[in-house]
Amino acid sequence: MVQSLGFLKETPSQTAGPYVHIGCTPNFSGIAGVYDTDLGAAMVNDKTLGERITLRGRIFDGTGTPLRDALVEIWQADAAGLYNSPSEMRGTADANFTGWGRCPTDMETGEYVFETIRPGRVPYKDGRLMAPHVTLWIVARGINIGLQTRLYFADEEAANAEDPVLQRIEHRNRVPTLLARREGSAYHFDIHLQGEKETVFFDI
Amino acid sequence: MSNKKPETGAFFQRDRQWHPPAYTPDYKTSVVRSPQRALLSLDNTLSEITGPVFGHALLGELDDDLIHNFAKPGESAIGQRIIVHGRVVDERGVGVAGALLEFWQANAGGRYRHKREGYLAALDPNFGGCGRTITDEDGYYRFRTVKPGAYPWPNGVNDWRPAHIHFSVFGHGFAQRLITQMYFEGDPMIWQCPIVKSIPDKAAIEQLIAALDRQNTIPMDARAYKFDIVLRGRRSTLFENRMEGN
Repeated sequence: MVQSLGFLKETPSQTAGPYVHIGCTPNFSGIAGVYDTDLGAAMVNDKTLGERITLRGRIFDGTGTPLRDALVEIWQADAAGLYNSPSEMRGTADANFTGWGRCPTDMETGEYVFETIRPGRVPYKDGRLMAPHVTLWIVARGINIGLQTRLYFADEEAANAEDPVLQRIEHRNRVPTLLARREGSAYHFDIHLQGEKETVFFDI
Repeated sequence: MSNKKPETGAFFQRDRQWHPPAYTPDYKTSVVRSPQRALLSLDNTLSEITGPVFGHALLGELDDDLIHNFAKPGESAIGQRIIVHGRVVDERGVGVAGALLEFWQANAGGRYRHKREGYLAALDPNFGGCGRTITDEDGYYRFRTVKPGAYPWPNGVNDWRPAHIHFSVFGHGFAQRLITQMYFEGDPMIWQCPIVKSIPDKAAIEQLIAALDRQNTIPMDARAYKFDIVLRGRRSTLFENRMEGN
């Protein structure tokens, strides 16, 4: 026998269930008067620096049906590529940008929408710049542990071509599942949980 | 928030044998909502190491009191009054200060307050079912609520969820993001539930069962349940090839 390393085990995940809105977006679920606003509903204000963009899309199950009970959270850098986090040691992020947003999918259409800004580039571990990207975390009824993926911008072709994470995707025909396409002033990003068009999900 | 210097290391690899897998067919909805292809492993970058942190200023006075935060003045929710408390630590046993916890639950009869919910058990006019709090310098949290009831759900023809409280937890990095459910000591429904049994290891399930805590019970007021939460641990350095800042 040797000494124990003494590490604890992480608390296991469970599904967020169909009523995740009660806890995470109570105003959306019809519970008014407990919180002023739903957390994560607004990422920007009038003073936020950077190009305003809208991110929108739907999440599809393995039958092609959109999820109308999912919750999406995003996390991204500000326009200068800095994160609004205590662990950000490279500088101070834009105080008028939270970097984090939360949106339930619409109960009828299944659409999620974020009003945000185009993120700046952030360095990979070895100092190379990653392409602009947004990290997504998806929970819902039927999802036992939150799914993590990234949204990249299809019109950032040069940056995407040199992105160290996109380069790691062995099956190159799956790279487009992470590319949001421009539609007017918005970017459209659908997520497919399962099947032919399955989105690349990460173990981070 | 703690006065300690922020940590900037990558997180320990998640043990996905300990967590439930995506595909657990006895929990029927997981069948079409589970990816079929392997996850792509991604050693943490700044995008995963960093994460939002919320200040105590976010909280309203009654956010951690579900007995009163939806109740009319002078009234309170019906049910067994309980305190749920515990500590948020990481896998190294280090307390996670400033962690935002959000919780939601059904009322004492198993009825959720939600547009989409149609169970015939009555709503409690004084119970909303949501609350939140932020851990203190040592990682401790507590809130007050009523014990939720068991709840039938359309999975098997006669499936019932054990009494449970949902928890959403933010640590300090987005890779620590976690949603889970807390169960109650001694509930026989725990071991029959397909959602509980999506977790393969009995020891992992036991980590979700809060213990009745008589020492922290408030006499003539509320019983206590203790529920500790463990988030992913952190390595000590950010960039192996960058010495400054480590």
